[in-house]
Amino acid sequence: MKSNLDSVIAQACNKHKNDPGRVIDILWEIQKSLGCINEDAMEKIAATINTSRVHIEGIVSFYSFFSETPKGKIIIRLCGDIVDRHAGIDKIAAVFSEELGIGIGQTSPDRKFSLEYTACIGMSDQAPAALVNEVALTSLTPDSARDIARRLKSSSDPSKLVTVRGDGNNGNHLVNAMVKNNIRMKGEVILADGIQAESGLKKALSKTPLEVIQEIAESGLRGRGGAGFPTGEKWKLAQKAEANRRFVICNADEGEPGTFKDRVLLTERANLIFEGMTIAAYAVGSDSGILYLRAEYAYLLPYLESVMEERRKSGLLGTAICGKKGFDFDIRIQLGAGAYICGEESALISSCEGLRGEPKNRPPFPVEKGYLAKPTIVNNVETFCCAARILDRGSAWFAGIGTKASHGTKLLSISGDCAKPGVYEIPYGVEIAALLEMAGAEDPVIVQVGGASGEMIGRGFFNRKICFSDLPTGGAITIFNSRRNVLAIVDYYLEFFADESCGYCTPCRVGTVFLRERIQKVMHGFAESADLDYLKDLGKTIMMTSRCGLGSSAPKCVLNSMAQFPLVYSSHLKESADGLQPGFNIQKALEESRRIAKRKSMIYDPVFGNENER
Amino acid sequence: MVNNAIVFKIDGVEVRGKPGQTIMHAADEAGIYIPRLCDVEGLEPQGSCRVCTVKINGRTAAACTQPVAPGIEVENDTLEIRNCRRDIVRMLFHEGNHLCPCCEASGRCELQALGYRLGILQPDKYPYLQPVRPVDASHPDIMLDTNRCIRCGRCIRASRHMDHKNVFGYIGRGINKQVGVNGKNLAQTNVHIDDHAVAPGICPVGCIIQKRRGFYDPVGQRRFDLHPIGTEIEKTPKGIKK
Ligand code: SF4
Ligand code: SF4
Ligand code: SF4
Ligand code: FES
Repeated sequence: MKSNLDSVIAQACNKHKNDPGRVIDILWEIQKSLGCINEDAMEKIAATINTSRVHIEGIVSFYSFFSETPKGKIIIRLCGDIVDRHAGIDKIAAVFSEELGIGIGQTSPDRKFSLEYTACIGMSDQAPAALVNEVALTSLTPDSARDIARRLKSSSDPSKLVTVRGDGNNGNHLVNAMVKNNIRMKGEVILADGIQAESGLKKALSKTPLEVIQEIAESGLRGRGGAGFPTGEKWKLAQKAEANRRFVICNADEGEPGTFKDRVLLTERANLIFEGMTIAAYAVGSDSGILYLRAEYAYLLPYLESVMEERRKSGLLGTAICGKKGFDFDIRIQLGAGAYICGEESALISSCEGLRGEPKNRPPFPVEKGYLAKPTIVNNVETFCCAARILDRGSAWFAGIGTKASHGTKLLSISGDCAKPGVYEIPYGVEIAALLEMAGAEDPVIVQVGGASGEMIGRGFFNRKICFSDLPTGGAITIFNSRRNVLAIVDYYLEFFADESCGYCTPCRVGTVFLRERIQKVMHGFAESADLDYLKDLGKTIMMTSRCGLGSSAPKCVLNSMAQFPLVYSSHLKESADGLQPGFNIQKALEESRRIAKRKSMIYDPVFGNENER
Repeated sequence: MVNNAIVFKIDGVEVRGKPGQTIMHAADEAGIYIPRLCDVEGLEPQGSCRVCTVKINGRTAAACTQPVAPGIEVENDTLEIRNCRRDIVRMLFHEGNHLCPCCEASGRCELQALGYRLGILQPDKYPYLQPVRPVDASHPDIMLDTNRCIRCGRCIRASRHMDHKNVFGYIGRGINKQVGVNGKNLAQTNVHIDDHAVAPGICPVGCIIQKRRGFYDPVGQRRFDLHPIGTEIEKTPKGIKK
């Protein structure tokens, strides 16, 4: 056993040239072979790649897909997202639990199975869903779950669970997934049929890098991840920054609960993404890029690698791209390991460097000092797709789509209480009401725009528009009908943030826990009106003092819901007759001291004095 | 006058900084105290406790990591900012287990001193998380009680950059983020009592304790009995007088 550990570690480290910067890749291999990264392993890895053991422990304990204690050969990760909860993931959990004989969070004694909940796996349009190792299982029912569990027990091969492959490239033998694309609406920019392959790249190479940046700037393209920074400006800053090397990173870490459009792009538009990255590399003068792929989408890894290999063979990656002398660029894929915060660009860079996925201090910004302290542009999957299309069709064409201030189209991931969940490519400026209509939402009451960190919208505001001046969003639209409990939704989002906080800074690390505690107090009917002031206060402090976007958006669901649904909150408040806090039962609290003191309370026992002491 | 001086304002007072200097550093030199916990002289700023939050032209930032810029207006000692800081200091009290009267660090503890300075008299605003973490008393000379740890990382940075060791490091994430040691326990690390990382003044609270040295000074003569926290900066103004 010991020598097995030694050889696995030696092999994994050697494969990545003992490079501490690639420690996440190393840890992945060890986790897969040994089922965990225990103390001995950490010690050994640290010695092999010449770093400290506590550094390795810091990384292992940061990412939720790594484990210090042994996990089963087959890990069943149930999607714990709110949409999956509403779709009945608890029933699926009960079936797995019964069939495998283990509870949630447990590993079977023979170490064959582990069963656990995980954060949104990007399948909200086909909830309830689960990951079995890397295999995504969608639209589960108690019956299908039972069948799956039984088959796993007999075959122990998760890949055998895929009997019907999904549409499009999900059917590709390298993807081999039952996942459906659920593309409901194709806009003209990204999902349109018959996109001219590599035309954008070829046109870009006929221009100077500065002209390419100019084209992007003129198109008005803004980052599709949610923050909406002008892409042309970002590229210009990186291009201007003094350095001998620059990097291009594609953020494919879509972890926002309810988002899955990048999944579809990675499946159906991989070439367009790589084309966009290559154009960016040419524009800023970069020779290497990274696609940061979230661990939940590991099932797409072999396919994406094959697409890159094809591109190398066709001269679209590698040296002298498209015959252009001096333009060399290649891409590697960095697999994440389960941490929502790595979607934040500087945390993503930390993760690429083989560190804990913590955001970095800014300034300096990544465009000046990013990956390995070199100027780096980080753009979203969708942004790179847009960039390639802009170079092909021109900035004027792009600027003609959408609204005056928000150009182009936006991909939305619509899920929740609606008949047609899926991916919609709409021009900017579409109203929420129109989206609800398209998606076949009956009786929508709450729409969460932009996932957990987004904005909660009540019925009175469905005339608001998807665009940068009204509702800028990364793209998640989660619909809730009148049967859903607002407070339970808020509680879920807070649970998510508290779990996913990196813990670096005080207000986010501690404050999210306190917010959740108080929301639960409201939910259980123990709150009084002062608790609402407390929530507002605390929310404001967290937003003002947090170090990155996670902390500063975590309280939004609380503050939004208080503003949009004040009656829900006030109906949960309790005013107690004795003027004491409703959650506090003075008689109960006194019982212990009465017992110890062997007498009653002078104040709180009205019968005091009339009775004999006991 | 200093060349390339960057002139800006803190609470309406004109301050001069140098290019690349942080707001905190420039304020210190000008004799203006900005409360802090994770930042300490001699170590790279980390920007994690957020106690030094200030408003710069209406937007909040950490003074210990934010560079000075010409013409900016910094709000430091305003009610709004004081309230934020109070909340953060309270959070730190409630996150750990703090029983000041029986803590060795009493009187020289920066968290406690900041509580006093900010006027937090009764820490009852937030619920208590009451963690239960084992005390590491394995080492002959040093004890580690992370129940009082505020995750400031001062020990980590001191060990790395001053001692060129990696005795301490962060492990876990979210509310479970903690300070861990580079071994099964302290005794199994190469920590030494003479390391900077374990010297008094690095750990701002009572987590890292030198054995057989506890209760350094008698009550009345302890560090913050003599001067409230921050006054050492306020008493030696080096800034420009108007
Ligand atoms: S706000 Fe939260 S996620 Fe961001 S740095 Fe602070 S603790 Fe980490
Ligand atoms: S560490 Fe400081 S705040 Fe905590 S108990 Fe000791 S003296 Fe009090
Ligand atoms: S042990 Fe002390 S110095 Fe180290 S992080 Fe905790 S509080 Fe800071
Ligand atoms: S002193 Fe600035 S964040 Fe801690």
